[in-house]
Amino acid sequence: MNSIYKYFADIFRGAKSLLIGMSVTGGYFFSPRAIVTQQYPENRKTLKMFDRFKGEVLMPHDTNNQHRCTGCGICEVNCPNGTIEVISDRIETPEGKKKRILDKHIYHLSMCSFCSLCIKTCPSDALEWGQIFEHAVFDRAKLTKILNKPGSSIIKDID
Amino acid sequence: MKEVVNLPVDSIEREEYHINMGPQHPSTHGVLRLVVTLQGEIVKKVQPHCGYIHRGIEKMCEKDTYQQIIHLTDRMDYLSAHINNHAVCLLVEGALQVEVPERVVYIRTILDELNRIASHQLWWSSFGMDLGGLTCFFYGLRDREKILDIFEESFGSRLLHSYYLPGGLMQDIHPNFQNRVKEFIKYNRRKIKDYDRILSGNIIFLERSQDVGVMSKELAINYGVNGPSGRGSGWACDIRKKYPYAAYEKVEFNEVLRTEGDTYARYMVRMQEIRESMNIIEQLIDNIPEGDFSVKMKPIIKLPAGEYYQRVESARGELGVYCISDGNKTPFRMKFRTPSFVNLGVLDTISREMKIADLVAIGASLDLVIPDIDR
Repeated sequence: MNSIYKYFADIFRGAKSLLIGMSVTGGYFFSPRAIVTQQYPENRKTLKMFDRFKGEVLMPHDTNNQHRCTGCGICEVNCPNGTIEVISDRIETPEGKKKRILDKHIYHLSMCSFCSLCIKTCPSDALEWGQIFEHAVFDRAKLTKILNKPGSSIIKDID
Repeated sequence: MKEVVNLPVDSIEREEYHINMGPQHPSTHGVLRLVVTLQGEIVKKVQPHCGYIHRGIEKMCEKDTYQQIIHLTDRMDYLSAHINNHAVCLLVEGALQVEVPERVVYIRTILDELNRIASHQLWWSSFGMDLGGLTCFFYGLRDREKILDIFEESFGSRLLHSYYLPGGLMQDIHPNFQNRVKEFIKYNRRKIKDYDRILSGNIIFLERSQDVGVMSKELAINYGVNGPSGRGSGWACDIRKKYPYAAYEKVEFNEVLRTEGDTYARYMVRMQEIRESMNIIEQLIDNIPEGDFSVKMKPIIKLPAGEYYQRVESARGELGVYCISDGNKTPFRMKFRTPSFVNLGVLDTISREMKIADLVAIGASLDLVIPDIDR
């Protein structure tokens, strides 16, 4: 007799637990405001990433097409996987001093692991994170970028 | 003409056969191959084959400086990236005897616990999904997204943070950080009740998890299964209690223990740990001291020659970092004692004589992260 009672009690206990679970899911069914899904490709216009989002490494230029990079190569040394190549020239200034200027700052996005060591260690704050995250391209070569713009030069008072 | 052989039914049932579960099986959470020896539906033996996602992280550490190693540890156990970073940072700081500011200690502890909650939420989602409850997956990931948003706002990445540096943090926390964490705790306390209503009391879930994959305390200690899986068997092995680091000495929290040792016990330990983590965060979040977010370190860190070991409690168990330095700027040898690899060892023993459907539940309850196994 006891086992029959237990058998039916188990059935009711099980059915009750299922109904409790379904009351949670049913709650969402009747309150559509609790739904948090974002329609991604449609909301691209309004989608804004956070300011600190790590999308890609950029070199900011001012309105005179000037950047802050001295071409010292500290970012290249600190990069763990050879993402950055700094190619610099040596020129002679009018005062007769030898000086290093940046020729090309090459950034391989495909190899970047977004550790921010280049930005953290840059002595002249020449690099920053960009917020673009849609990096898919059809040609792998497009992921190799030259960060300094053509014809750009260094801001005067940076050593 | 092909000859039809009629084998007696008996011999077919007694015959053992092998099945490859994985490396692309949906319930292995990654590229883990389990060669399962079956007799009918009964599991006789489980042989894990590792190495599909081996990247040689320990070897790569030998060519990297101590700052560069941080970003590699992210990629071992990607669900507790902060905690992995913390281990290496504590090792370097301990070896150089650098005192980090109190602010850094508090922020690191809060972020570790947030990371633990996020990891356990993802585990809850996938555990529910493995046992057939797809709804869990949506709810768990939805709530985990709140934590990832906090992370993304503060330091720009969702999964692989590389936020800690030897000597402090990469940058200061975002001004919104404290408010958003407090909001999240309030939100999560409400939602975790839903978790219990959906899954913890569900009769189908109970039938599939209770008395399945029982691991005794002796077995857990013999195999070194620690973390939430070991605490489900009654082994008090929380590194945060036994060898306190960061700010864990200053906060009050309970070490969650269950004595049953089955899949359900391991489940309940993790659900309770989410609550404990929220308690820890609530004690710290209002008391973050002012100060610097890092101390000035030399650009090239050289550890004194010798051997160092540092352990932290990751979301899966004890993460140990063993380092031999010969005084150069790169370590001579790095060895990571990762929790998932050790916990995988017990899978064969506790799933023998179980059904193959139970193997999925047991494997999920050990919370294996495959890149953590292979490194």
